[in-house]
Amino acid sequence: MNIFAKILTKARSKWVGVALIALALIALPFALAAAGTAWVRIANLAILFAFLALGLNIVVGFAGLLDLGYIAFYGVGAYVYALLASPHFNLHLPFWVILPIGALVACVFGVLLGAPTLKLRGDYLAIVTLGFGEIVRIFLNNLSRPFNLTNGPQGISRIDPFSFGAFDFSRNETIAGLAFSGPIKYYYLLLALLLLAIVVNLRLQHSRIGRAWEAIREDEIAARAMGINTTRIKLLAFAMGASFGGVAGGMFAAIQGFISPESFVLVESVMVLSMVVLGGMGNVWGVVLGAVLLTFVPELLRDWVQPVQQSLFGKTIIEPEVIRMLLFGLALVLMMLFRPAGLLPSAIRKRELTKQK
Amino acid sequence: MDIFLQQIINGLTLGSVYAIVALGYTMVYGIIQLINFAHGELVMIGAMVAFSVINALAGTHLPPVLIVFIGILAAIPVCMLVGYAMERIAYRPLRSAPRLAPLITAIGISIILQHLALLVWSRNPLAFPQIIPFVTFPIGGAIISGVQIAIILTSVLMMGALTFMVYRTKLGIAMRATSQNPLVAGLMGIDIDRIISFTFIVGAALAAVAGVMVGTYYGIAHYGMGSLLGMKAFSAAVLGGIGNLAGAMLGGILLGIVEALGAGYIGDLTNNVFGSNYQDVFAFMVLIGVLVFRPSGLLGERVGDRA
Repeated sequence: MNIFAKILTKARSKWVGVALIALALIALPFALAAAGTAWVRIANLAILFAFLALGLNIVVGFAGLLDLGYIAFYGVGAYVYALLASPHFNLHLPFWVILPIGALVACVFGVLLGAPTLKLRGDYLAIVTLGFGEIVRIFLNNLSRPFNLTNGPQGISRIDPFSFGAFDFSRNETIAGLAFSGPIKYYYLLLALLLLAIVVNLRLQHSRIGRAWEAIREDEIAARAMGINTTRIKLLAFAMGASFGGVAGGMFAAIQGFISPESFVLVESVMVLSMVVLGGMGNVWGVVLGAVLLTFVPELLRDWVQPVQQSLFGKTIIEPEVIRMLLFGLALVLMMLFRPAGLLPSAIRKRELTKQK
Repeated sequence: MDIFLQQIINGLTLGSVYAIVALGYTMVYGIIQLINFAHGELVMIGAMVAFSVINALAGTHLPPVLIVFIGILAAIPVCMLVGYAMERIAYRPLRSAPRLAPLITAIGISIILQHLALLVWSRNPLAFPQIIPFVTFPIGGAIISGVQIAIILTSVLMMGALTFMVYRTKLGIAMRATSQNPLVAGLMGIDIDRIISFTFIVGAALAAVAGVMVGTYYGIAHYGMGSLLGMKAFSAAVLGGIGNLAGAMLGGILLGIVEALGAGYIGDLTNNVFGSNYQDVFAFMVLIGVLVFRPSGLLGERVGDRA
């Protein structure tokens, strides 16, 4: 076999693999729907979290800036969507107008957070971002006065779902003999957006900017000496990560139809961080895997933990929610102890996190 | 009533609690440059254990002060044990790892402790039983309660004891040596691992007492009380200059006063646009402000940039 044929078979087998995965992803919601629409919703959540985690991955994985207030951008995006597409202000803009606005507003918040904290590194940055997240949440919670912007702790309800003209993503429909429920339609939309996010992430990683982030992460002083404008590049990481969060927040608001400050607490930031860490900081596929695992496994647990406890003790002793959180905590600790570079480590991260001083 | 004086008194009370918790952060940071994110959870565990004991003893006819004292005595060893265990399990294996790793395990430990507490004590807060009569004393147009006096006195006492330990005992010398240069300290025959464990244990004991104090002050303790308190105490430590003991004390008390005055006056200053529900924002504003304008803190010896 000559070398061209070899390359050709290799390329072909790769494309066969991609096609198979694509087919599986297209068929997945119908398989899940057979097990119950709830599972389709969970799949949607997994995609949403993957999207969110990809955004955080830019900040934490690529640029190495530990952001613990990331959920604030998600919240900002969600509130932007909710305010512009709900009876709250009687505004009903279409989603393709709002999502970019949400991304932009979140981006501004990202720069607002980034600008004063640029000088800080590592753990200080973590705590400041954490404080920032709390500040945003407190404001969301209290800005029902002097004029009712966020409707306080009650949150905003009856948020418009996504729609293209008459095509409403939340309604059930039958197309070509197949029953498309609302969640299934959302699934495809979310999947498309996630693919876009993955492509952007992959392209960013190997771009000039991506390499600059990597340089800063490895050694900021050396990076500056190499002529990288660290201030601008770090701000860019914050801004980009925040925009991802803003878009994800908008999607979340549309799918849920209801948001309140409760959804944007510190624990959520930690959860998204767990996804990034579990999958492998800096590795796009790892991050997606982390998000999918950490969304599905707790749900599966919820499915059998409660019945098992019921049959063993006659009552639920440990709430599934508690188990979920304990799992997150354990995942963080065990991953750092035994596999610090994540399930699917990025090559550079692996070297970095396993090196000895 | 003199609002200003009253808020100063309230601020001093909370501030001394912050100071005690901040000492735990600052000691650990001083010695291994780690922000022990889970430190706030130690405060929570201290409060929960003590409250369980106090509630169990509330029916007996022991004097109330003795009951609270027994509660504190029960909480301290539990917290010490947890503090020791967290250092051994989550931080020691990662001592030579890059910065990000122990920080992430710390977050993990914090979540685990919080939810273990939820399992043990359930979601419902524990209330402080009505055993201590609510006594108040007027001073210059304001009032100070017996509990407030007790909190402030206990804090001062503990700060004194800690200062004595760090600056006047052999163990303290070993701690300071380790914080300056662990390698050389090790060469001088100091068992570094033991000193680091000891630092965590002392910090945990302080946290236990702080937990009881803040729980008694507010009258309740619940599984989620640690994180916000921890963050504020950390802000206090940064305000004073992290790694610096006197700084942590000063920072804690200042932060308490800033918070109390802020909560007391923000309504008047902004024509009631913002109310005291923004109280929790001040600590973070202070934190961000300090880090931006004076990262080394008020008395700081370590620069924020080193982190």
